[in-house]
Amino acid sequence: MSRRPYIRKVERSWWLRQPRYVLYMIRELTSLFVGLYCALLVVGLVRLSQGQAAWDGFVAAFSSPLGVAFQLACLTFAIYHSVTWFALTPKAMPLMMKDEPVPGIVIVAAHYAAWAAVSIVVLIAAGI
Amino acid sequence: MSETITLEVLRYHPETDSEPHFQRYTVPYRDDWVVLDALNHVKDHLDATLSYRWSCHMAVCGSCGMTINNEPKLSCHTFLRDYRGGVIRVEPLDHFPIERDLVIVMDSFMDKLSSVKPWLIPRQDRPLSAGEYLQKPGELQAFHQYTQCINCLLCYAACPQIGLNEDFVGPAALALAHRYNLDSRDGGKDARAEVVASNQGIWECTFVGACSEVCPKQVDPAAAIQQTKISASVDWLKDLLTPGAHR
Amino acid sequence: MARSNKPLLWLPFAGGGLVAALITPVLILITGVLVPLGILHLRYEAIAAFAHNPIGKVILFGAVALPAWHAAHRLRMTAHDLGLGGGFAIKTACYGIAGLLILVAAVALLAI
Repeated sequence: MSRRPYIRKVERSWWLRQPRYVLYMIRELTSLFVGLYCALLVVGLVRLSQGQAAWDGFVAAFSSPLGVAFQLACLTFAIYHSVTWFALTPKAMPLMMKDEPVPGIVIVAAHYAAWAAVSIVVLIAAGI
Repeated sequence: MSETITLEVLRYHPETDSEPHFQRYTVPYRDDWVVLDALNHVKDHLDATLSYRWSCHMAVCGSCGMTINNEPKLSCHTFLRDYRGGVIRVEPLDHFPIERDLVIVMDSFMDKLSSVKPWLIPRQDRPLSAGEYLQKPGELQAFHQYTQCINCLLCYAACPQIGLNEDFVGPAALALAHRYNLDSRDGGKDARAEVVASNQGIWECTFVGACSEVCPKQVDPAAAIQQTKISASVDWLKDLLTPGAHR
Repeated sequence: MARSNKPLLWLPFAGGGLVAALITPVLILITGVLVPLGILHLRYEAIAAFAHNPIGKVILFGAVALPAWHAAHRLRMTAHDLGLGGGFAIKTACYGIAGLLILVAAVALLAI
């Protein structure tokens, strides 16, 4: 009896075969928008270093309809990144307190609290 | 005429088939039947040539892993009643070569498993006269969930990185390495790191998390791998800053 | 098989993921919503003063450099997932662009 194991090919569209893989791909692509926004910030830093006129031009550009539309897309994906990142943190960093594991939800809640705190601090610093 | 349900099963006989193909069987529907019962019915009454692995029929041996309606499942743990009125597609586990019908070639996994040195490596040699290791309940709890793996390979079938790179050491093997690394009796983390912290080890993982979702024993291999990434990174930093000091 | 040097790439990726998660959304809220709506005004003098301060430079650099690196590493891995090869070209493109952004950010901050 001869053996002839059959090898099934993995298609490039493997991630479309199940909802969990599609969600994974969306999760990973949040980094594209985070990266693009960082590029916007880098442009901002350059304009800041070039003086008032350059800075005001930068502010006008990102406040344009196109600028806002782009940033709203970035904001959506950035929030999805935060939500998924916090949800995964307890798995990567389980905490023990007095020989008992800290419930994952506590670790997640602490991250949301930090998120709120940082956001408030930044908003206050920006002059809200 | 009592109720029936249809199975669509992937068949492959290397002596006659150039490619796998589906074959349908109509089996009795019973509320308390699992897919394995339906397959046993096929083999006993309809088609004795069907080959598949199974043993305990109670989700502890890990033998009966299959792809059922596109999802890696244990056939003994998958109830017909959840597919009532539909067709149940039964295929071999993804990402493994098909030996025959629903039987896959799992040699690669056996090699990966042994490559992570899944045994206690003591920090120091202990003579028998030193007695047993003492372990507190908290120390056992630290690694207990990672002992629950039944080597069913559902995680390898679910893992896209295994699909893209068959040399990836994979979820179950890395979870087992983590089980030993976390064991208070063990001192073998460095010995395992050659494989675990290699490019084919933890670093192929992108935390898809599908492995943990399909695991029938809640081992959570994804968590094991992420925790190992952190500890391997800390070791890497220690090595960088104080070469050779902590070995 | 040998121990990988991946931690060199992974540690800033992990740090960048946390920074991106905590800080990036509020920054986008400011520049993408509050400033365009006129609720906030990012006056040049105020922002430049913050960036002039050494601590301000570090904060701004961290808020930009770490998420940029995070994106680079993650996009490199995703390119592999999408079958776009895990080869030299992708790695150079991802880490190269991020490296360039980080360098430009550093130069700009040092010039303020």
